[in-house]
Amino acid sequence: MIVFPWIFTIWMSLHDWHIGSKQTFVGLDNYIALATNRRFLESIGHTIYFTILAVVLPMVLGTVSALVFHKKFRGRGFFRTIFIMPMMATPVAVSLIWTMMFHPQLGVLNYLLSTVGLPPSEWVYSPNTVIPSLILVEIWLWTPFVMIIVLGGLASLPTEPYEAALIDGASQWQMFWNITYPLVLPFLVVALIMRTIDALKVFETIWAICNGGPGTSSEVLNVYLYAQAFAYNQVGTASAVVVVFFAIIVALSLILLWARQKAKWA
Amino acid sequence: MGMNLRTKRKIRRLVDKVALALSVAVLLAPCLFVFFWMVSLSVKYDIDNTAWPPVFWPEQVTFDNFAKVFDESPMLLYFWNSVQVTGSATLVALLLGVPAAYGIAKARAHKMAAVLLLSRMTPGLSYLIPLFTLFQVLGLIGTVWPIALTHMVITLPIVVWIMIGFFETQPHELEEAARIDGATLWQAFRYVALPLSRPGIVVGAILAFISSWNNFIFGAVFAGRTTRTMPVAVYNMLTFESFAWGPLAAAAIVVMLPVILLTIVIQREIVQGLSAGGVK
Repeated sequence: MIVFPWIFTIWMSLHDWHIGSKQTFVGLDNYIALATNRRFLESIGHTIYFTILAVVLPMVLGTVSALVFHKKFRGRGFFRTIFIMPMMATPVAVSLIWTMMFHPQLGVLNYLLSTVGLPPSEWVYSPNTVIPSLILVEIWLWTPFVMIIVLGGLASLPTEPYEAALIDGASQWQMFWNITYPLVLPFLVVALIMRTIDALKVFETIWAICNGGPGTSSEVLNVYLYAQAFAYNQVGTASAVVVVFFAIIVALSLILLWARQKAKWA
Repeated sequence: MGMNLRTKRKIRRLVDKVALALSVAVLLAPCLFVFFWMVSLSVKYDIDNTAWPPVFWPEQVTFDNFAKVFDESPMLLYFWNSVQVTGSATLVALLLGVPAAYGIAKARAHKMAAVLLLSRMTPGLSYLIPLFTLFQVLGLIGTVWPIALTHMVITLPIVVWIMIGFFETQPHELEEAARIDGATLWQAFRYVALPLSRPGIVVGAILAFISSWNNFIFGAVFAGRTTRTMPVAVYNMLTFESFAWGPLAAAAIVVMLPVILLTIVIQREIVQGLSAGGVK
């Protein structure tokens, strides 16, 4: 199930192949064409831009929310259920709601901006604001995921080191920095790895909200790939994109896994 | 003096409480607002939905939008498609994934777990091109089975991932006792480990179900007019009815209602299951 698609993909990437016509062997031509293809190179740029924001912001917000939901208070379970709702909701359906909220003339978001005296935005209808707007959706969807992983880390903390530190007269900050942080770090790294992989692979929300547009201004790798494979039927080119894409993901994951090992030893 | 200190402590506790309440409110606000707006759009007439300034609390509430969703598209058929696809993908994932996870956990085969991570790293689209070609050759395009088969790419890793976490935390004395009494590895799994891990199986099954139900891409590629799953059906409504916001929001609610209900029912187990699997 996992191996067959891979061998087949590499084989296809070495051919010139439109669905429905005969394939011819072209060697590395697909890759060479990609290296000079502006649209492909731009899509890599969009992917990097998107991934950085879609990793950093949910990581920060998710960690903060985990610290809040780790405190004991009345109705915690209930509020936590509401909080994790976005990550369970169907992304395509959620994207639809956001598309309506983003509408520049009639959307509720511009109305909310106007109530606090801010000028309206073009949101996903302008090349300049489309990616930050999509990031808002991404934050909304995936902050709960980071929260749950970090919350699991906080819940697994032993109480003994804190008691010992209290006896030794450590301050709150010292306890956080010297006990909580190192113990939770492995969980943060797991969340970081997962989030990075998922952000690199983003497709559904972008496809549903703006199709990679306006123009190609929000076309990330996965959207470019989809267009090549299923809109233009360029199977050979698309397969080459898959191979390059996978190489990028593996390289990044290896760096992160290495960081995880370091975090474990530190 | 002592009084003074006590009031100070009281004030401090109050400030902490208010700060906590405020931060919970700020964290929940975006989540609540989007869901509120979705419901609001779905029960308003078009005239209210396209009004400026937007109507937050409509004078008249309508359920016509929901009726429209079911009248204008074969939503029940799409619902049934989704049930077939998600049901079979989850069931097969459990049948294969639970024993596989047991094997991995007992053999401490962490390399296998790395393969799982690899499958999560692979863009779903990259499976699609070879599989599309394969299904075309097999003549399966146009039925729900290619969609169900590809959904196993999603459900299987989730089940294995959650179950490895579960089996590793399980005390192994009971199984060892069974093995000493002459049980085979399979019997130890079937009669000792499996009954004990029922909570884990429930979490794995529901998380697999939710991910498969929500998946759009496989259905988008493989589905024909009559084999659409719910997310694909909703996406298609978007392309055809750009300004009918009421029916669109109603359709969005219809699609996500099953997973929202499931989440409410087992939210505690979801949080535990995800964070237990998270360290692996």
